[in-house]
Amino acid sequence: MPQFKAHSVLPGFNLALGYTLLYLSLIVLIPLSALFFKTATLGWGGFYDLATGDRVLASLRVTFLTSFAAALLNAFFGLMVAWVLVRYRFPGKRIVDALVDLPFALPTAVAGITLAALYAPNGWIGQYFAAHDVKVAYTPLGIVVALTFIGLPFVVRTVQPVLADVEAEVEEAAASLGAGRWDVFRRVIFPAVYPALLTGFALAFARAIGEYGSVIFIAGNMPYISEIAPLLIVAKLEQYDYAGATAIAVLMLLISFALLFAINGLQWWSSRRGAK
Amino acid sequence: MSITIENLNKQFGSHKALDDINLEVNSGELLALLGPSGCGKTSLLRIIGGLDVADAGKLLFHGEDVEQRDARERNVGFVFQHYALFRHMTVFENVAFGLRVKPKKERHNEAEIKRRVHELLNLVQLDWLHDRYPAQLSGGQRQRIALARALAVEPKILLLDEPFGALDAQVRKELRRWLRRLHDELHITSIFVTHDQEEALEVADRVVVMNKGRIEQIGTPDEVYAAPATPFVYQFIGNVNLFHSRDHAPWTEQHGDAVAYVRPHDIDINRTPQDDTALQVEVKLVRTIGSVVRVEVAADGSGELIEIELSRERYDATPLANGDKVFIRPRQFRVFDTGVKNELSAA
Repeated sequence: MPQFKAHSVLPGFNLALGYTLLYLSLIVLIPLSALFFKTATLGWGGFYDLATGDRVLASLRVTFLTSFAAALLNAFFGLMVAWVLVRYRFPGKRIVDALVDLPFALPTAVAGITLAALYAPNGWIGQYFAAHDVKVAYTPLGIVVALTFIGLPFVVRTVQPVLADVEAEVEEAAASLGAGRWDVFRRVIFPAVYPALLTGFALAFARAIGEYGSVIFIAGNMPYISEIAPLLIVAKLEQYDYAGATAIAVLMLLISFALLFAINGLQWWSSRRGAK
Repeated sequence: MSITIENLNKQFGSHKALDDINLEVNSGELLALLGPSGCGKTSLLRIIGGLDVADAGKLLFHGEDVEQRDARERNVGFVFQHYALFRHMTVFENVAFGLRVKPKKERHNEAEIKRRVHELLNLVQLDWLHDRYPAQLSGGQRQRIALARALAVEPKILLLDEPFGALDAQVRKELRRWLRRLHDELHITSIFVTHDQEEALEVADRVVVMNKGRIEQIGTPDEVYAAPATPFVYQFIGNVNLFHSRDHAPWTEQHGDAVAYVRPHDIDINRTPQDDTALQVEVKLVRTIGSVVRVEVAADGSGELIEIELSRERYDATPLANGDKVFIRPRQFRVFDTGVKNELSAA
């Protein structure tokens, strides 16, 4: 039998493991399995019909595509924000640092209403887009804006400490060896922060998939165009179609799980190639 | 390649890191910048390497002004105190880095890169570690890899910033001898920064002693030890006893305020007064440290301890015990007047 429990100076393995399992069961496992049980009442045929329905597929596509786009945007700009916060000293740095957490703190509905007002064709920012015939609010583009806002802290906060850990000396060493700026970034900095960036991306992505409050205000919620899957779930619930609602939830869950699994795999693969 | 530094100045806020530095580094020599922390030695090294910019002054490599040249264009190898290895790369890739980032037309093919890297790894005697990651190496091994990495681009100048500062005493000693041998093989103009006087005296061809952003003395290890130019150098390199003219007038040979500096091993101890300048003291403590015996004595009526070092043979000829009354007399000393001394004590 394999060694189940290594010797440790801290007692309480049994208690800690027991509590962990209980906690996970109560908070995560039982609600999730309830979801599956409820969905099961539809039967395979019912589930298949629902899952392949045009409106459901369209909403899933909108949800995952906009989330992916937002997470990608966040990966870029989050890395930049983290870089600026780690490497430079400037007046008001602390305030900027605190601003990054704002999307965490702000109620999502408030964020949604604010963004909708700003990006509406007659809003402060939206009018400039409107002048070029680009509509932001009430389109999938608006959804991306809201999701980018929501996801930014995830990337910044995961990348920041890792970036701070890359000493300026390492960059200086690279420069003195003749590396240009792009080489320093590509060969030295990026490989060091890449795993953290991937984690931040995954977190922002996962958060965006589940986002509801901010999106519904800016999305316009037109079926087949800017209707997100969580909204469809709420719509089903309002029609007392509980099994239908949970079925969509199960679909989202499976897709999310597959995506996060793939991202984790990528991370595992890259970390095995990189620093051991 | 020779280095010429003229009237170099550097200011950090209100702190003057480098104050009018003039220095000539000869081609192929191994030079030590020695001084206490905060004396400006690292700033000077970073400016030479192009990692920092001077406020004023000239910096010439082989007579050519390099101020406007970026670190990557100076062809200088830099070795950092904390190695600064690339964590996510193997030892091989670390050393190959400088070869891989060369502009396309200068870049060697893969086989040539491989050959050169293994040659360098053999030079630092670590070829067997080529597929490891820096985290799997000891400190001494990491620093040798860092050196191999710096040498890969065939620099004309090698700069080492406290290269052995993070290592333990035994490894330090081994590595600095190894560095000396390596330098004798390669003859690259090298400057290394250290706060350890033993290291500087043992390894360098010439030593530059710095204090508070100024150069105190430039000379061979022998010169700076045997003939310190200033009280600071006297105190920083080796131990020294201070005798003030008020208390020991005969030794200072001056009527004004002056201080005599005497090395612990330049003091004779006798049971009887050698001559009328001898000072009567009481033995307070005798300690044997390896091959030398350190004796602490105090003049009558004075609490100030005077440190004396004797070789074992000399001590065995006249053994001492605590409380013995003996006479001391310096064989060799140097007098600086108090004006200088005050400047020193203000440090």
